[in-house]
Amino acid sequence: MHDLLKAKASKKSKLLSEGADWTFEKIQIYDEAIGKIAAEYGLDTYPNQIEIISSEQMMDAYASVGMPLGYHHWSYGKQFLNVEQNYKRGRMGLAYEIVINSSPCIAYLMEENNMMMQALVIAHACYGHNSFFKGNYLFKTWTDATAIIDYLVFAKKYVQDCEEKYGIEEVELTLDSCHALMNFGVDRYQRPLPLSAEEERNRVSEREAILQQQVNDLWRTVPSALKIIPESEKALCFPSEPQENLLYFLEKHAPLLKPWQRELIRIVRKMAQYFYPQRQTQVMNEGWATFWHYTLMNGLYDKGLVTDGFILEFLQSHTNVVAQPEFDSPYYSGINPYALGFAMYTDIKRICEEPTDEDKQWFPDIAGKPWLEVLNFAMKNFKDESFILQFLSPKLMRDFRLFGLENNAMDSYVEVKEIHNETGYRKLRERLAQQYNLSHREPNIQVQTVNIYGDRRLVLRHIMDSERPLNDDTKEVLKHFHRLWGFDVTLESWNHTELMETFYSKADDV
Amino acid sequence: MSYIIDRRLNGKHKSSVNRQRFLRRYKTHIKKAVEEAVNSRSIQDLDRGESITIPRRDIHEPVFGHGQGGKGSVVHPGNKEFQSGDRIPKPQSGQGQGGNGSASDSGEGDDDFVFQISQEEFLDFVFEDLELPNLLAKELKEVVEYQIKRAGIVADGTPSKMNIVRSMRNAQARRLVMSASSRKKLHEVEQELIQLQTQEAILRDRKKEATLEQLAEELKQKIARTPFLDTYDLRYNHHIKEPKPSTQAVMFCVMDVSGSMTQETKNIAKRFFILLYLFLKRRYEKIDLVFIRHHTSAKEVSEEEFFYSRETGGTIVSSALKLMENIIKERYPANAWNIYGAQASDGDNWDDDSSTCMALMEDKLIQHMQYYTYIEITPRDHQSLWYAYEQVGARHKASFALRHITELADIYPVFRDLFQRRPHA
Repeated sequence: MHDLLKAKASKKSKLLSEGADWTFEKIQIYDEAIGKIAAEYGLDTYPNQIEIISSEQMMDAYASVGMPLGYHHWSYGKQFLNVEQNYKRGRMGLAYEIVINSSPCIAYLMEENNMMMQALVIAHACYGHNSFFKGNYLFKTWTDATAIIDYLVFAKKYVQDCEEKYGIEEVELTLDSCHALMNFGVDRYQRPLPLSAEEERNRVSEREAILQQQVNDLWRTVPSALKIIPESEKALCFPSEPQENLLYFLEKHAPLLKPWQRELIRIVRKMAQYFYPQRQTQVMNEGWATFWHYTLMNGLYDKGLVTDGFILEFLQSHTNVVAQPEFDSPYYSGINPYALGFAMYTDIKRICEEPTDEDKQWFPDIAGKPWLEVLNFAMKNFKDESFILQFLSPKLMRDFRLFGLENNAMDSYVEVKEIHNETGYRKLRERLAQQYNLSHREPNIQVQTVNIYGDRRLVLRHIMDSERPLNDDTKEVLKHFHRLWGFDVTLESWNHTELMETFYSKADDV
Repeated sequence: MSYIIDRRLNGKHKSSVNRQRFLRRYKTHIKKAVEEAVNSRSIQDLDRGESITIPRRDIHEPVFGHGQGGKGSVVHPGNKEFQSGDRIPKPQSGQGQGGNGSASDSGEGDDDFVFQISQEEFLDFVFEDLELPNLLAKELKEVVEYQIKRAGIVADGTPSKMNIVRSMRNAQARRLVMSASSRKKLHEVEQELIQLQTQEAILRDRKKEATLEQLAEELKQKIARTPFLDTYDLRYNHHIKEPKPSTQAVMFCVMDVSGSMTQETKNIAKRFFILLYLFLKRRYEKIDLVFIRHHTSAKEVSEEEFFYSRETGGTIVSSALKLMENIIKERYPANAWNIYGAQASDGDNWDDDSSTCMALMEDKLIQHMQYYTYIEITPRDHQSLWYAYEQVGARHKASFALRHITELADIYPVFRDLFQRRPHA
């Protein structure tokens, strides 16, 4: 009895805090404790900047797409109103984590949350997402965490200056058109130059001149019916090969744009580029953060630093995050990236520690290897598509009871192609991976040719994927493209060698 | 290494610029909604915002994407009985892949984008409709004057508001409490000393006496060291702002509801009454509204009836003026009430009634009134009533105004006159 009391007392003395409410002091204590455990697991992170904010500020953060600051635009206002309305109607308890890929890595804690929740967000964002941003190859290749904040400051100021000089309306029109093409403003294969606000600022005026020069070079040949163009020159196509980065093409070659408009296109391009890795690593990134908040919070409990009540409350919250409604549930809205990602990392750890015969057969490279190394390798070198292709195990497919459907518009039925069984595993895994492949999700549209000797008509080519046509927005987006290009634009939809559909945007419909 | 920063003191409204941009862009939608709201709300019900609904397709930002058709492929979780090769018939609607719709939990469909505007924004749109200049709109939204009232004692404030008596009382109480144990000890020591000193000189313990005396001295010093006044003791007079009670006003709304008045005409009139109400609200704490409608006879009615019931028949304006006179006599003695009148009509009146109106106005009413406004909402030529009232206006420039209105923007000049007069200056 006496010993028990003693044990209790000693356990009590180890607790990080008493009571449910947070204080700045407690946040610091928890952050240090969680950071210590994270270091034991060897998580490599940027420094953290933890910001305490109110729920209203959280709505601001949501509306600015998780950017600490952005240029002004009506569409962000629309998002804000949307978030606000949903929040007011209780449709959405504000999710508790927004984290910004920058160095220091910025995470927000909401003042309304209790200490358990704050600790959970610290574990999830400050150690989970943060280490993912720092480790994953896409982020390393495409984003520069140390420069982004400065660049945002530069962009915001630049847009503001333009508004003062050329009017809000003018700037808004250009930005609207850029936003419509934002997903087509990304270099998929070529590593962009690192961002530097300082350089950008210094080079703005210089670049304006150079850009104009480039454009002038291209259009030097004044279209004229009198001038005979030698056949040899006519054969030269422009561009020499199709261009997939539509915004880049416009920035460099649109004949009529003013220098400041080119700069705005560039800003939107840089934003698109910055978000590009996030769009390709949702499952991996959320899964990683969720796996680590689970591991770190349990680490606190195992060390006797938190109470039973604390960990129970945590588990309840965690369970909600990783819930996967089934396809026939009213709450189903596709596969929950938190659920799939968390399950996959947990499963990889299991395969490393306690592989079954099936695992050994499927994953000879990792079965029985040290789990931490394997997990780090997986986090660093993949994106959603390849991650699923590489690591989704038959066991998980059974656990999720996955099945693949094919739906051909011509048929009156939807066909079940494969399910979670021996014959289906590989194909099913490919099909799911394909679902996360951006180039499958988004249509493939490229600049094909420009008539540089005549009316400057530009032809965009859409290469159909699985015979899927373009959506109803196409005509509208084309108008935006037209606004930037300044001359007639044609979009051709090709299925292999067959021209399926053609969209036009002429001067009178802008 | 983590830095922890408290951002709560920073601006909350990072999004307000973007929000304004959004409102500006969708002005026409919002204006329409505001107009409908004004038509359906009561005159006094303008101190809240409004929920605005815009069809989602109107605010949609287009992007390239895949449309319906072709070969879709999807993986779902939660298989129960499907085997590969099963064929599931499609619902007739030809629904594609499904699984991305978000359910709506109320009457609003997902096709509508709904958001709130504040009262201030709501009024901005109302005033914009009326083409009120900014300065004026600002004045209308202004709250009444405040007066400062005492409201007890609080623990913090500015030095100029310090309450000396209460502060000193607190200080004394604190000194008593803080020095209590020392004083108790001192009392004991002194008692002991007295005991010692009453003994025979030969028996006295000089040494003990000395230490006790020293102890007593130390205790006295300790008591003296208790801070005389501490910030903790300070008390301040608390003042709160209260709206300054001003005198009361009554606003008579008079409107012709004969068959010739269309709902549209009534809605224009309603804007006019609203504006007058807002104007009065700035000046008076209590405003009574009296609605009098008339065709061949006049009747006091509720606001709902006033604007929305349909009547037919001719028009005798003087009946309304008579009724107004009676109501003033019965309920609103001019020495206790500021009386305002606003009359809207499409100008119809029985010819021989107009002179009666003029007489009533000049002999019985205008001397009791702060201001009387008559608006005639019609695209046609003026008739006898206008000319009769024109004479009244000429003789009573300070308290009678009449305007011819064909559209909303015409209302404003009447108010310019009103605002230029300063009845309580």
